Amino acid sequence: MKGDINEKDLLQGLARSDRKAIETIYRENYNMIQSLIINNSGSTDDAKDIFQEAMIVLYEKVRSGSFELNCLIKTYVYSVSRRLWLKRLQQMNHYAPALESLQDTVPVEDEIEENDRINNEFQAMDKAISSLGEPCKSLLEAYYLEKKNMQEIALSFGYTNADNAKNQKYKCLMRLKKIFFAKYKNGNGNE
Amino acid sequence: MNDIKILDTVERYIRGEMTPDERLYFEQLRKSNQEVDQLVVEHTLFLQQMNRFGEWKNFKQALHDTHLNLSEQGKINSNKLKGKAKVVYMWKKYKRVTAIAATIAGITTVAISALVWSVTPKTDTNELENLKRKLTVQEHKTNQIQSDLNHVKDKVNTSVTSPVSLPIQFKSGGTGFLIDGNGLMITNAHIVKNSKNIRVVNSKGDQFNAFVVRLDVLRDVAIIKIDDDAFKPFTSLPYGIRKTNSDIAEPIFTLGYPRDEIVYGEGYLSAKTGFKGDTLSCQISIAANPGNSGGPIFNHDGEVIGILSAKETEAEGTVFAVQSKYIYQVLDELKKNPLYKSVKMPVRSNISSLEKTQQVKKIQDFIFMVKGD
Repeated sequence: MKGDINEKDLLQGLARSDRKAIETIYRENYNMIQSLIINNSGSTDDAKDIFQEAMIVLYEKVRSGSFELNCLIKTYVYSVSRRLWLKRLQQMNHYAPALESLQDTVPVEDEIEENDRINNEFQAMDKAISSLGEPCKSLLEAYYLEKKNMQEIALSFGYTNADNAKNQKYKCLMRLKKIFFAKYKNGNGNE
Repeated sequence: MNDIKILDTVERYIRGEMTPDERLYFEQLRKSNQEVDQLVVEHTLFLQQMNRFGEWKNFKQALHDTHLNLSEQGKINSNKLKGKAKVVYMWKKYKRVTAIAATIAGITTVAISALVWSVTPKTDTNELENLKRKLTVQEHKTNQIQSDLNHVKDKVNTSVTSPVSLPIQFKSGGTGFLIDGNGLMITNAHIVKNSKNIRVVNSKGDQFNAFVVRLDVLRDVAIIKIDDDAFKPFTSLPYGIRKTNSDIAEPIFTLGYPRDEIVYGEGYLSAKTGFKGDTLSCQISIAANPGNSGGPIFNHDGEVIGILSAKETEAEGTVFAVQSKYIYQVLDELKKNPLYKSVKMPVRSNISSLEKTQQVKKIQDFIFMVKGD
């Protein structure tokens, strides 16, 4: 029973992006995934990529709220990593070995598909923001991601007052939204 | 400026930063103004996405930091693979390459050794096996012991020494065939070269004494003559001796005595030269055993095209025969001897139109087992 409580706490911590929870899950599972990847013609860098992606899948899942993990975190992370690695091998046109499972696995196809979709979206967003160039990139990140207020921003970016900063931010935001909604509509148009 | 203010207001509304009065007022504005409402919806979506993106980015950063921290603390193995782990890792990574390399190396080794083996000059000894037969002498031995005993007994009884004729022990055996009706016969030189006594046996089992009249060790051809009162000369021979070379793939057959009974075998001419390009002989493919040596090789017309002489020990079914034209050369040399000046060999076969079974029936009386001591 103690294990169960622990796992639940860990997942709740993960949903809050709690560093301690992330670290614990990381420490307890990373080596297992690394040996899986290395035993199947991957490198340590591959192992890191795959494991972190699996962590993101888990993170997105616990955050969705409707999530109930009916297996151990270990099993889940293993299943996702295994699936992700197989997919990566196929993409690399590598001969796909029959990755024999050292452990039980759970079906994770849906999550991985969802993860792909989110990944694509966010990578597109990242690209869009980067394409705005400076100072837009830093300005928007400071306001929308780091949630600083305009006074702080004006100060650190060297604007004479908050209104000037607001003015600049507005222009940047319009450009970003234009890109974002163009993509968004395209994305929706497919559905 | 107006747009900026509106957006600012919308953001404050979405974040719930408005006072209740302000909020009420704004919501009424939303209902009355389609554009404002549209902006609210749109911006809500955008902000949501931005928030999630921010969290995703932060989480990724957190993972990255965690990874660095943990590897620094040595709590996960990460990049620093050491000792056995490194070896295992390298092995896993390169095992395919290694396997392929090993395979290539293996194939190369085999290929090179095959090449070396095929290029290396082979020693002649033992590779060619003369097909003479070691005759069973057991019976003779027994007889001899018996006669020795008698001899001793006689000695004891009479104390008088008397010459006792011992039966001849024949050690080698082969095949021979007549080349003229008066008992001149061709066989291999290696069968008779060391023999003092030669005896030939026909297919019915009649035995005749014979002696060597011409020996050509180089060509491995011997001419022997039957010298026995019991031998009745033939008026003609059914087969002829071919003067010219034969063609590859020509079907051939032979008759010989690998055992005490005449044995038929057939095959084809494989090559116009013999062992290692020997132009005196030719290569044939036929089942031959010790005892077949000296036997005639016939083509389908019933002409003798060669004398079976040896087989390669390394390869089954590779047999060599002395080409028939050398019989003429050896005979020509013999004709220098006035005794044999008038010998004529038959050139034409008169059984060419017959079935093979009929040919063999006619031929077999002229094929003899040759035994030498």
